[in-house]
Amino acid sequence: MSAALVGGVDVGSTQTKAVVMDDTRVAGRAIVDTGARLTEAAGAAFRQALDAAGAGEADVACVIGTGYGRFRVAFGHAQVTEISCHARGAVYLFPGTRSVLDIGGQDTKAIRVSETGQVLDFCMNDKCSAGTGRFLGAASQALELPLGELGPLALRAKNPVTMTTTCTVFAESEILGWLARGRKTEDVLAGVHAAIASRSLALLRRVGIEPEITFTGGVARNVAMVKLLADLTGVPLNVGEDSHYCGAIGAALYALDRVLVGAEAGAGSS
Amino acid sequence: MRLTAGIDVGSAYTKVVLAPSAPRTGGDGAPAGTAVIPSGYDFARAAERGLAAALDAAGLSRDDVEYVAATGYGRYMVPFRDLAVTELTCHAYAAHRLFPSVRSVLDVGGQTVKAIRLGEGGRVKAFRLNDKCAAGSGAFLEKTMRYLGYGAADIASLAGDATSPVTVSSVCAVFAESEVINHLTDGRGAEDICAGAVLALAERAAQVFKRVRPAPEFALTGGLVRVPLLRRALEKALGLTFQADPGDLGVYAGAVGAALLGRERLHKRIAQRPA
Repeated sequence: MSAALVGGVDVGSTQTKAVVMDDTRVAGRAIVDTGARLTEAAGAAFRQALDAAGAGEADVACVIGTGYGRFRVAFGHAQVTEISCHARGAVYLFPGTRSVLDIGGQDTKAIRVSETGQVLDFCMNDKCSAGTGRFLGAASQALELPLGELGPLALRAKNPVTMTTTCTVFAESEILGWLARGRKTEDVLAGVHAAIASRSLALLRRVGIEPEITFTGGVARNVAMVKLLADLTGVPLNVGEDSHYCGAIGAALYALDRVLVGAEAGAGSS
Repeated sequence: MRLTAGIDVGSAYTKVVLAPSAPRTGGDGAPAGTAVIPSGYDFARAAERGLAAALDAAGLSRDDVEYVAATGYGRYMVPFRDLAVTELTCHAYAAHRLFPSVRSVLDVGGQTVKAIRLGEGGRVKAFRLNDKCAAGSGAFLEKTMRYLGYGAADIASLAGDATSPVTVSSVCAVFAESEVINHLTDGRGAEDICAGAVLALAERAAQVFKRVRPAPEFALTGGLVRVPLLRRALEKALGLTFQADPGDLGVYAGAVGAALLGRERLHKRIAQRPA
């Protein structure tokens, strides 16, 4: 394989995503839990993505780190903010994208993008974790259910509760309170999803909702969130197999730019 | 001994105070028994177990309890209560009785920070709660301790051994937790991380207290009252001194208030009973 591959590593607060791209095609992808050791997580995700692509480190001309832990990607040649990478990745995945909603483990971002994937405006929850993936994490813990089961279960709700707390920490107590009052798990879960959806919508409104909306981040895999957000915005949201890798893909595309303009003269430096 | 039980079913811990029911002429005296246990998810069971623990510790039996006043987040989940009182009322009244000259009280508990300015007779004149956000509450500190491999009981000693506390800049308790993990990964010592968390907590709690425009004198109550570093940091941030806790009952403030208010209700009921 020629040395034309590029890599993108998105070190999120909860999970680390890596992709290896051959020109503009995703050749390998991997996801690992970030845990406490960010540098190790970045390395492990990248190696797994390389394996999946059937390539080795020598085949990669440039790697860009993004996300919360982007400065811990020891082998990265540069860092780009996750806002830029999500914008770029979303337009790559769905060229009609004009708004991006990214719900990750600890933050939610609304981004308005140009047709070339440039960031026009963005808004994020930088002071408070309410309405992020952590909210689902709190529900998962309180209800002792795996994250992947929350969405399908919430869709079965007949009579959703209305969550009154904003704070993620308090939400866990409120969830237990609803259960203690005899409410069904699916109805409580539907309330939790509705709370996240309404906060996400508020963020989207602040940057201006413009279709198409592309939904990215780990929470984009949650079917109930996809449905609720589509109901609230009145338009279907773009969600695909690679939505979770959107930031990493954006980073890899920025790496590709660097390779194309020949900026990567000192490849191999750390 | 005839007893009135005050049960404070908090979001994190359930506190129980047993007060002798008989009217007394002197001061409030020491309670007949106390207990503190984790609330868990079943508040009715927590109340039951807490009461049993306090009775056991005092060598008394359930038959001695003639009146039960419940307060706290889970007060309506106590099936055997005679009375439910809001925790603000209980905390204010307890502060008034435990610290008679106090006009402002700050309570730092498991999930809630309460700042109360007291009026006549220990009534609530003004209050502020962190009711929308867990920043500055004990929840964050407890999680930090869990990450460090310690329990809530170790906070005072661990924080006391710190030499160079870490900085925790996030306001959100969830984000602060991530910061703590980063410090841990960076190889900072458990003592310095614990102390950093205590200092961050003190800073947020101080903000809540300032908003009731506290008037002297001042008292500090709640589960974290036994952490000297928290007290010192709060006093420094606010530029004031909290009264010493004479009976070391600050941890039980809500339950003390419930027991005392319950006892008064009981006396009123006895007085109204036809002869």
